[in-house]
Amino acid sequence: MLKDISAIDLARLQFAFTVSAHIIFPAFTIGLASFLTVLNGLWLWTRDEAYLKLFDYWKTIFAVVFGMGVVSGIVMSYQFGTNWSVFSDKAGPVIGPLLGYEVLSAFFLEAGFLGIMLFGREKAGEKLHMAATAIVMVGTLMSAFWILSANSWMQTPQGYSIGENGQFLAEDWWAIIFNPSFPYRLVHMVLAAYLTTAFVVGAVGAWHLLRSPDSRGAAIMFSMAMWMALIVTPIQIVAGDAHGLNTLEYQPAKIAAMEGHYESFPKGHAPLILFGLPDDAAGVTRYKLEIPLLGSLILTHSLDKPLRGLDDFPKDERPKSALIFWTFRIMVAIGFAMLGIGLWSAWARWRGRLYHARWLHRAAVLMGPAGFLAVLCGWITTEVGRQPYTVYGLLKTSDSVAPLQADAVGASLLAFIGVYFLVFGFGTFYVLRLMGKRPKDQIEIGDIGPARAAGITPVQALAPRNTTRNMETDHDH
Amino acid sequence: MIIDLPFIWAGLIAFAVLAYVLLDGFDLGIGILFPFLRNREDRHLAMNTIAPVWDGNETWLVLGGGGLFAVFPLAYAIVMPALYPLIIAMLLGLIFRGVAFEFVHRTKRMQGFWEFGFWGGSLVAAISQGMALGALVQGITVEGRAYGGGNWDWLTPFSALTALALVVGYAVLGATWLILKTEGASLERAQKLAAPLSMALLALIGAVSLATPFLETRYMARWFGWPSGIWSAIVPLLLAYAAWQLWQGLRNQDHLRPFLATVAIFVLSYVGLGVSFYPYLVPHSLTIYAAAAPDGSLQFLLLGAVVLLPMILAYTAYSYWIFRGKVRPDDGYH
Repeated sequence: MLKDISAIDLARLQFAFTVSAHIIFPAFTIGLASFLTVLNGLWLWTRDEAYLKLFDYWKTIFAVVFGMGVVSGIVMSYQFGTNWSVFSDKAGPVIGPLLGYEVLSAFFLEAGFLGIMLFGREKAGEKLHMAATAIVMVGTLMSAFWILSANSWMQTPQGYSIGENGQFLAEDWWAIIFNPSFPYRLVHMVLAAYLTTAFVVGAVGAWHLLRSPDSRGAAIMFSMAMWMALIVTPIQIVAGDAHGLNTLEYQPAKIAAMEGHYESFPKGHAPLILFGLPDDAAGVTRYKLEIPLLGSLILTHSLDKPLRGLDDFPKDERPKSALIFWTFRIMVAIGFAMLGIGLWSAWARWRGRLYHARWLHRAAVLMGPAGFLAVLCGWITTEVGRQPYTVYGLLKTSDSVAPLQADAVGASLLAFIGVYFLVFGFGTFYVLRLMGKRPKDQIEIGDIGPARAAGITPVQALAPRNTTRNMETDHDH
Repeated sequence: MIIDLPFIWAGLIAFAVLAYVLLDGFDLGIGILFPFLRNREDRHLAMNTIAPVWDGNETWLVLGGGGLFAVFPLAYAIVMPALYPLIIAMLLGLIFRGVAFEFVHRTKRMQGFWEFGFWGGSLVAAISQGMALGALVQGITVEGRAYGGGNWDWLTPFSALTALALVVGYAVLGATWLILKTEGASLERAQKLAAPLSMALLALIGAVSLATPFLETRYMARWFGWPSGIWSAIVPLLLAYAAWQLWQGLRNQDHLRPFLATVAIFVLSYVGLGVSFYPYLVPHSLTIYAAAAPDGSLQFLLLGAVVLLPMILAYTAYSYWIFRGKVRPDDGYH
């Protein structure tokens, strides 16, 4: 018995680990593919070489990240079968075709045109290269569409019937694809990917502006990123709120766990628990700091609509509050920090100090990885919050797992952890090192007069060869 | 419904797997041959010949796995746990292989490590795939709707033999691909490697073919019964012709013919496997009809596949066309 329990826990841990490691890369490449398309479009439109240099700069980073996304993604497409074979058998007729469409309409598209995007500007010509870049972008978005549709169906299933052999059978594909939580989840995730990328690009721009305030490439990327932060963050907050209302309608237990509400509020007037320590065993949130009425206002957009707490659900159908209470709060806090950066940048821009506001630049550097953390916290919230089900309300996680021994799952889990930390650890290091290189402007360092303005001492300016080498210390080939 | 949807889908999945074996076959083959190439420049040149296409090639594996999940979910649910350690090993191998394309250019100090990873990853992936093939051919224990065997059922002398055959087969594909895509000393090295490897491959195909009928009386009946026995006359005959073409191509130092002949050898061996398997998806416990998802799912995805697969083939071919011809050391963006 103990063995069975631990095999499930190990399988869950393994899936959580591999999917968390994977989501980091698409969260970045979805945004980066769009950014690269815009940069290449600007280069073709304005013929300003700064955009071409920026495209090449981010293209190399994209290639490394995309490669890591591909190899960690292939693992996912097989993990359903290796670790969740009963789920695969039962939900395969519904989930499988959605993933099939993802492969056919997205993965091949990305992979087929990635080569031209990375290597083909000369061989294929500017126009075709532009098309290939845009097609890769479309591929990343199509991929998000299908995988989020599949995930959303597992959260809010509809359009199915259940066959004699226990399989879910598709009755209405339109209802399956556009299930109730899908539009919200798709918008929320794509915006999250854009914001994640914007804050990475902004951090890289800010980093180089701090070191060489006259770098035009750094200025362009910082400015573009801050526009994104200013415009997209408020949209994301509204989208997140709408997503929350949708979750309250279809998965009220998840909301109760996120908010640390163990007791129900039949007449509304629920407080917002800002902080506290949810205790799942005792069924109370200890040491809470709460604001009266605000919980009802945020969650139901009214004061007196009833709000269900975890006590309204059987004990074995309650998600664990202790974890997602916190992941949700971290995500929200990051969202508001992003909004703060956006507003700060708008103010600096209005005062004409966007490229010289050193504290803003420092804050932007600090916020560089914030998007990834928010994405991970968001996914933990939604995935742990829908426990104990894989297909919500219909198929329990404990009834989805493959008939595997705990030692087999444990051994493969250790192998995944070892390999992922080694490979993606170095990968992250290489990406950071690429980001640490100054983006080249159209003027090469060797032939500039205003070298001093670029933070290079006159002595070095007299010896341009030397300077170039210093800038390129880490350039390996 | 008059159209036999499970049969069509079995054909499409079989096509996806064949496409994967051929396309990623030469990628993995180059990885396997890595230590036998002349020097670091040659090794990087060999990588550059596949850098623009490897990702697309590997996507056929995702279609094979994802497609199986979609249209034969029961087979997917049985085979994956049955081959658990092999699948995990293959995935980990493919991770090292895949990231190496970028990583070798991102560091000087660790370059050798990622080159080693490219070789080791390719080799581990090839061995895992070859063993998985052997394990499938020898049959998988099924209980109810799940795998009923042990952790190590896949490990047998036969699966070791098929693993060796596939590794050598990939190496021949890789060597003949390099003959097609390189020139000068690199080309000569590839030619030198291809000749003995081809001989070994033919011997191994012979050994696997001879061993298979003795695994199972049903294979014996398929190959030596009537009318299916007609295949056992045709397939070997065509194989012999392809082998002769390969030999001639290598002897005349043709650049394209050895690769095409190797592809033909792979296709024919694959057809031979298909003859043995049909109508089973998991021999001899699960037919394609028992494993198939309901018609509604098969139909829905077929609708997309009919439109999208020809497009995929077209733009894949186009991408190969863009990067056609010999690859030179100064090509590529690195």
